[in-house]
Amino acid sequence: MIFDFIEIFFTAGFWAATIRIACPLIFATLGEVICERSGVLNLGIEGIMSLGAMVGWTAVYLGADLYSGILLAAIMGALFGFLHAIFTVYLGASQHVTGIGITMLASSIGFFSFRLILPSSTTPPKIIPFEKLDIPYLSEIPFLGEALFQHTPFTYIAFASVIIIFWLLNSTPFGLSIKMAGENPMALEAQGIDVLLVRTLSVILGSSLMAVGGAYLTMSAFDAFYFGMINGRGWIAIALVIFAAWKPERALLGALLFAGLDAYQVRAQQLAGAFIPYQFFLMLPFILSIAAMIVASKRTRYPRALLIPFRRGERH
Amino acid sequence: MQPILKVESISKFFGNLIANSDISFSVNKGEILAILGENGAGKTTLMNILFGHYMPDKGNIYFKNKPLTFGNTGNSISLGIGMVHQHFTLADNLTVLENIIIGHKSLFSLDLSKKASIEKLNSLIDKFNLPINPNAMVSDLSVSEKQRLEILKTLYKDCELLILDEPTAALTPQETEALYKTINNMVKQGLSVILISHKLHEVLSISDRIIVLRNGKIAGEQLTKSADYKSIASLIVGKEIQYPKKTKSLPLNKILKLENIFYETDLDLDVKIENLNLELSGGEIIGIAGVAGNGQQNFAKILSGHVKPTNGKLFFDNKEINTFSAKSFMELGIAYIPEDRNKDGLVGDMSIWENAIMTETSNREIVNNFGFIKSKKSKEKSSKICQLNDVRYQSIDQPSRLLSGGNVQKLLIGKWLNRKPKLIIACQPTRGLDEGAIAAVHKMLLEARKNGNGIIIIGEDLDELITLSDKICVMYNGKLSNPLTSSNIEKLKIGMMMSGEGF
Amino acid sequence: MINFRLEERENRNVRIQILSPFIAVFVSLIISCFFIFLAGVSPVDSLKELLIGSFGSRNAIAETLSRATPLILTGLAASIAFRAKFWNIGAEGQLYAGALAVTFFGTGLIELPSILMIPFLFLVGAIAGGLLLLPLVLLKNYFKVDEVVSTLLTNFIIILLVSYLLEGPWKDPMSLGWPQGASVIDQGVLPQIVARTRLHLGFIFSILFAMLVWIILSKHLIGYQIKAVGYNSSAAKHSGIPVLKTIFIVALLSGGMAGMAGVTETAGLKGYLTLDLSPGFGYAGIAVAMLAALHPIGVIASGIFLASIYVGADAMSRSMNVPSYLADVIVAITILCVLVSLVMNQYKFKFSGLKK
Repeated sequence: MIFDFIEIFFTAGFWAATIRIACPLIFATLGEVICERSGVLNLGIEGIMSLGAMVGWTAVYLGADLYSGILLAAIMGALFGFLHAIFTVYLGASQHVTGIGITMLASSIGFFSFRLILPSSTTPPKIIPFEKLDIPYLSEIPFLGEALFQHTPFTYIAFASVIIIFWLLNSTPFGLSIKMAGENPMALEAQGIDVLLVRTLSVILGSSLMAVGGAYLTMSAFDAFYFGMINGRGWIAIALVIFAAWKPERALLGALLFAGLDAYQVRAQQLAGAFIPYQFFLMLPFILSIAAMIVASKRTRYPRALLIPFRRGERH
Repeated sequence: MQPILKVESISKFFGNLIANSDISFSVNKGEILAILGENGAGKTTLMNILFGHYMPDKGNIYFKNKPLTFGNTGNSISLGIGMVHQHFTLADNLTVLENIIIGHKSLFSLDLSKKASIEKLNSLIDKFNLPINPNAMVSDLSVSEKQRLEILKTLYKDCELLILDEPTAALTPQETEALYKTINNMVKQGLSVILISHKLHEVLSISDRIIVLRNGKIAGEQLTKSADYKSIASLIVGKEIQYPKKTKSLPLNKILKLENIFYETDLDLDVKIENLNLELSGGEIIGIAGVAGNGQQNFAKILSGHVKPTNGKLFFDNKEINTFSAKSFMELGIAYIPEDRNKDGLVGDMSIWENAIMTETSNREIVNNFGFIKSKKSKEKSSKICQLNDVRYQSIDQPSRLLSGGNVQKLLIGKWLNRKPKLIIACQPTRGLDEGAIAAVHKMLLEARKNGNGIIIIGEDLDELITLSDKICVMYNGKLSNPLTSSNIEKLKIGMMMSGEGF
Repeated sequence: MINFRLEERENRNVRIQILSPFIAVFVSLIISCFFIFLAGVSPVDSLKELLIGSFGSRNAIAETLSRATPLILTGLAASIAFRAKFWNIGAEGQLYAGALAVTFFGTGLIELPSILMIPFLFLVGAIAGGLLLLPLVLLKNYFKVDEVVSTLLTNFIIILLVSYLLEGPWKDPMSLGWPQGASVIDQGVLPQIVARTRLHLGFIFSILFAMLVWIILSKHLIGYQIKAVGYNSSAAKHSGIPVLKTIFIVALLSGGMAGMAGVTETAGLKGYLTLDLSPGFGYAGIAVAMLAALHPIGVIASGIFLASIYVGADAMSRSMNVPSYLADVIVAITILCVLVSLVMNQYKFKFSGLKK
């Protein structure tokens, strides 16, 4: 019996599933990392993901190709990110309340438009999602090939975006500005850079990544859109950001770790489902998120200016 | 001589407050212009307008005969204006080099060209003798290194006019001297400097010309070589302020005794406290001198019960104290005047009376047996506290954030004195106050001393500490020196100790 | 480039403060007209339908008020917590915790006469809601775990717990496969207060609680401490106010109010626990509280208003074929509009073009 639980780790399917499950979390966590690094907590994440999932799917359903679907989702995410930035960056309104408001707005607009476009039906319609793209040669390596190199292009995009965001934050003027805006915005202004602009662009960029993360669910992981399909992934991403200490490379690690546990619980559930109710398995991600924040708390160093609005010309 | 900067009738208002009113002056090339004035005279506001942080409400500024675009730091920088702010504008999470090169290239360019930047930086480091490691994290720098970095930041941008806002506030006398040497060196190479300060003797020794601001207006202008200390001092203050005189000390019984106190925590930003010993009697003032960031914050937190020392004993009234909490220390009779009065002192959005009774919530006169607040009684009591301590306000119901800095501090100290404490811990009690308010705060503290209170003042202003204290200890790197008594209190010696001598 | 700045107002204008929620509501209705327009029907007719659906008949009014009951309670929950800047977004989970407590105690375990049974159920519901928050306060205090995230995550955990209980040990065997809890005993059921409608005693309770909260917040030491901690917890701490204890009380009060919303729904509206007991009352409570500017008496009005939007939108969706999600859109826009008006109360906008 115990061997069955260990054996899971030795199946390529488990590792492939881990990578699949990690993708939306990678996008969402990276997006939140960028927002928070610039000093803005973006609690609109859950709603923006939901809207991204809906927009990407609907676009494809209405005839667009898959990549346009991703692009449209990103644009929609950017729009809501801009709205969030108007409130939190330019007006300096409460980031907590704004975020909750944006989540409610984005998801309700998503649901409303979805119902407008597709009046309710019993079986949700489907699209043809991204198909697997085997990487030549690499995908033929036994075990590793199946685990790592037989994924959809969307999955490869997720991993590429980690590298891009890492490079952006550490090796470009914009990345340094993001980090400075979240640490000491006054220092950024003293260097002649518009803090509000940097923060706004960060929130826009971060939000579009979140929307793309949502689109991954409807365009790569599944092939249909359901209400409530984000199911707390956005909130989990926020916990992962803390766990990742606001670093993109650690966000990748966190998302993989988390997805691994999730993939494992699905398999363990099949083995243990008879004597442990499935709801407890479903609770695991949420409990783990809280646990991850506790574990991270000891060594956590928050961006100093997180949650603090910057008002130009205010006396400091 | 050709003026590099011309300021024409600049005015700036914050709500009803007139920060700058009709200010005009000019700066010549290669000149050190000092702008003097007490806190709140409008010096920093004026400089923030020059550098683009603030928008003026009226007036024009010309730099090298071109009009300045207001409210845009990027524009001021590109024209050649640099500013070293009183509070460092550095990001701790980035390296020295990164702090310097941000803003130098377009926000959207794709590479940082770090290599070329390091070369340029190193040549500046050599040229102006400002040694610093370009790859060090800013969080690891000392105060004077951070200052050097601030100056390098402006030089890197080819600045022609350098604004220094209270550059010596956090420096020891020795570091101050070194800084002024650097400035002289820079001026020789063609730079113009505006120096903001309230330290008159420093200004007299380094500047070429002095402008005095008072209440947002120019009160006078003089060439330094023809200026004398007395006339400038009276220009700054306007009218003669009566400072309270310290009476002869009559130490009573011991109130506080610290024995081998250690404190360390991994979460903290301030340095750890090592082997602290101190004795304080009633009717005695001990001043704790030291450059900020040498453990003063943690020391104050221990003395006020906010944190528990990891080791050592604290005796209050000859009893060993084991419970450490703000509330229990308050009930023992310890008053704590925190350094940041707006953040830790008063609740700005609550009314004056609500603030005045905040330390009285276990008082049955204020809160009845069912826990309801007797608002009429509370207001009466608050008015009394305000009257007694000369707190000036329009209405007792107005939010306390509308009070001026001096009145906030008087209300804060008054609220604590009302509890008849035995020990008062005051951190930088006069920081940012105008001379009148400083005199009032000194009077309150000396009055308390006369009434037999033990007082510990933690401060950076050496002159103030020397005026008020019976004994002075120096804090350096978490350690405390033996007390110097009045006979051997000597400014230069304390300055040496502040930079670590004897520790 | 346009230079845009905010300048703090010296004196807050009281008239603007009172007017601002109405302006916020007005603006949010205007914006929602755009969405109705997208649906291809006349906004004026739709809003008329909405109004008739929520206030057009005795039954409609009763339905609106019964929908307002949990909204007032979750609105109070958010008001109390937000005043202390304790961002409890977990009213949804606390509501279900209250409902679980009612199901545990109120379906036969304890039998008391009505006059005791009903207050008893409110008490256990409140305690359950409050207790759910306490560990999260500790996590915030000792591990800096942000309460927004922890309360949100807890919502999911509690709903899964409810799902487990309703499909497993607590499933009502009489419910023919549909997952629902056993019925609350007759003594515990909140009686109707308007005949032949669903309006029950819970509404009266919610009004009473709003008044009670108002008295506590405005006159009692607890309210004073909540205010001090909310505006400036550091200064409060330095003045000897026990900050952690205050947050504990806030958590108990806030969670308690949300828990009682679970009581009114289980013992009042439905009579038993179901998995769809709350269509997001916990989240809507945030809008209720914001619209009321966190004032407990204002919560009554804003609770009734938002209930009318929900009830009216259902009616509108039936007759005009506009998706009823429109109600959620309106609620979300309302939150954002209130935020703008809050900023405008505190700051003046200052625009200035490029000066040469």
